[in-house]
Amino acid sequence: MNLILQVWRQDGPDSKGRFVRYEANDISDHASFFEMLDVVNEQLIEKGEEPIHFSHDCREGICGTCGMVINGTPHGPDPGITTCQLHMRRFNDGDEIWVEPFRATAMPVIKDLVVDRSALDCIIQAGGYISANTGNAQDANAIPIPKNDSDLAMDAAACIGCGACVAACPNASAMLFTAAKIGHLGLLPQGQAERNSRARGNCTNHGSCQNACPKEISVDFIARLNGDFLRAGFK
Amino acid sequence: MKLISGIPSGPIEDRWTNHKFDMKLVNPANKRKFNILVVGSGLAGGAAAATLAELGYNVECYCYQDSPRRAHSIAAQGGINAAKNYQNDGDSVYRLFYDTVKGGDFRSREANVHRLAEVSMNIIDQCIAQGVPFARDYGGMLDNRSFGGAQVSRTFYARGQTGQQLLLGAYSALSRQIGLGKVNMFPFTEMLDLVLVNGKARGIVIRDLKTGKIETRTGDAVLLCTGGYSNVFYLSTNAKGCNATAIWRAHQLGAGFANPCFTQIHPTCIPQSGDYQSKLTLMSESLRNDGRIWVPKSEGDNRKAREIPEDERDYYLERLYPSFGNLTPRDIASRRAKEAVDSGRGVGPQNNGVFLDFAEAIGRLGKEVIAERYGNLFDMYMRITGEDPYTVPMRIYPAPHYTMGGLWVDYNLESTIPGLFVLGEANFSDHGANRLGASALMQGLADGYFIAPYTVGNYLAQGGLDKVPSDHAACKEAEGRVAGRIERLLGIGGKRTATSFHRELGRIVWDACGMARNASGLEDAVKKIPVLREQFWSDLILPGTGSRFNAALEEAGRVADYMELAELMCRDALNRNESCGGHFREEFRTEEGEARRVDEEYSYGAVWEYTGENREPVMHKERLEFEYVKPSQRSYK
Repeated sequence: MNLILQVWRQDGPDSKGRFVRYEANDISDHASFFEMLDVVNEQLIEKGEEPIHFSHDCREGICGTCGMVINGTPHGPDPGITTCQLHMRRFNDGDEIWVEPFRATAMPVIKDLVVDRSALDCIIQAGGYISANTGNAQDANAIPIPKNDSDLAMDAAACIGCGACVAACPNASAMLFTAAKIGHLGLLPQGQAERNSRARGNCTNHGSCQNACPKEISVDFIARLNGDFLRAGFK
Repeated sequence: MKLISGIPSGPIEDRWTNHKFDMKLVNPANKRKFNILVVGSGLAGGAAAATLAELGYNVECYCYQDSPRRAHSIAAQGGINAAKNYQNDGDSVYRLFYDTVKGGDFRSREANVHRLAEVSMNIIDQCIAQGVPFARDYGGMLDNRSFGGAQVSRTFYARGQTGQQLLLGAYSALSRQIGLGKVNMFPFTEMLDLVLVNGKARGIVIRDLKTGKIETRTGDAVLLCTGGYSNVFYLSTNAKGCNATAIWRAHQLGAGFANPCFTQIHPTCIPQSGDYQSKLTLMSESLRNDGRIWVPKSEGDNRKAREIPEDERDYYLERLYPSFGNLTPRDIASRRAKEAVDSGRGVGPQNNGVFLDFAEAIGRLGKEVIAERYGNLFDMYMRITGEDPYTVPMRIYPAPHYTMGGLWVDYNLESTIPGLFVLGEANFSDHGANRLGASALMQGLADGYFIAPYTVGNYLAQGGLDKVPSDHAACKEAEGRVAGRIERLLGIGGKRTATSFHRELGRIVWDACGMARNASGLEDAVKKIPVLREQFWSDLILPGTGSRFNAALEEAGRVADYMELAELMCRDALNRNESCGGHFREEFRTEEGEARRVDEEYSYGAVWEYTGENREPVMHKERLEFEYVKPSQRSYK
């Protein structure tokens, strides 16, 4: 298939960005979106031009490195997947595709489609953990954890930290990301000791984050976080 | 090069305990005076950085990714082994030790493997304390499954995302130490050289990938936790950024490289669909628990799978290995798939795969049960191939996945360069010639949480580490090497991209040093690779500059290193005139076509010493002694 790409190019954090038009020709519909970009980049390098910079690593939907806005939607048109899992069979011959970085003040562009998501790391560093030094642990089966709690904690823990929720949020807020971590730890007995000191709010409940989340993490975790936040105020 | 493995004496079950007591300790008040550089933030690096910081050391941790949470440990699906015997099915430390030595085809060090089996239990306890949501049964106890051909259920798992959950556990511990100011984290940073002072590892040269800035960081010990080198093959299941630059640079400065030809080809990956292919995707091995592997009996049978009658199908693993069937270990399953495809019976549009068929399991258990077990994997397969595995069989083919070889380390995980420790997949230590499923996560975390924190302390306690200022002549020299190399790459001004060279190199290595190897193919590759390397250094095209974010430059630097490492892999494979584990030399097989080891001659780790650019490396041997598990022919019939 042949496609027209309109790609956001930006030299650096302080430069002005712009859309640049590229043609991607003879693309197999079995190729992934990134393999299509690889083809375009090979051609750019051969012409002595800098390739389109984009974040990617595992290319199997788990590392959370990738993320871009395709035709206005974080991670592209398909629900429940990361950009690297998007395949070209999802598009039609002749389509014009608009590709932009995730946009949020807290995630500034570094170059082209690559953004700085270190703010998400800061959230985890501020309290997204259980304080358990190596070597202190009791036997793993000492505390039975009901399967439902454990499964629900796993639903939340599936977050890959890609930042699509922030990009989708009208407030550019990391509520879903934060709620997923607090939900994961707060549902487990190991997390109870620090539960009340970690809750943070608040949210305007648009729910765009849930739609954009490649791991389909539910906004119910935000409700849970709000509950924790409220309760912690009374402790 | 002296190889002193430093294996403690005494009964094997007491060695690690006694060794821990014998090692020197650093006074708690003195720990903060030491600076430890940890390169890589995966299971090994993240765990080591966090634990060393908890102990009180100052730690700097580096990763090329934008966050330490993204290291490729995250992609492990199946699980992590531990000898907990929660299932009461006869597991024990000794059995895990035994299985791992045997599974490694008797090419690993017994004492290391026993230690690994011992600390496997602490790992699970530690992970639970951190809040890792492992799968549980309805009574709230931890669930286990049998994995990768094990006869006991010792694998702990978190859906199909075990690696992710373990890494997030290590990342949370690391993040806590970053928040407390004990770890200084450098994301978007690549190590490009090592600094030696008086023969000891005392620093690293790093490049900030966002700005291109090069600087030296100095410290008292350096830990390389940089993963494996499967990306030499170009197409592998590794992340695109995984690379061998750090270990190769250390090798060039004197670290022995052990068993580079021991690579693992994972049997269940999605076959290549075209030339544009950028990586291969692994489908969890657990699929083999219910899927049946087959190809048509006759060559060139291009009928659809469902149109091929039962008696015209060859369920070759069930036929050849009646007791293990579809669950034979990875090396065997991979090799048999290659044979099937090479014999002209491959399936799919490119005839490059074998079927993994769930029809029988769906008939027996129902679609719901299969969906519950493998739903996420089926969805992933459907997204990539556009085919529905509930109605047509999956197509799979082996792909490079893990490297058992790596930098040589002694019992303390210290390389042949004093002060340079190597952890996780980057070292060669525990898996011999073949790694068992669910053992990579175990080794990474064992090294990081429970071994290096002791052995690094022992090294530091011995003293003799005067402070090295960052403008020391050795630092300037290393920085000069890095700058010179970048300049050289940017100045070639040729016509071919690094990717195109990488693809060609990958094809050479895959053909000669992939699933099946032979002397003539390897000799040929040893000749071809230097020619390609020569072309690379004269015809590479590279846009941009070194003083800014330049993804093409990063890639070219990595490919340059693969060009050298690939040759060493082939030389090692050529030297080893036997078949063992993942190293299958076609000349050395039994009458039934199985790998034939030659213990009298090759019961050693082959440790290569770098002797200079375009010069033949020198091989040293670490003899392996088997006091407990007597070498035998692996049999999975």
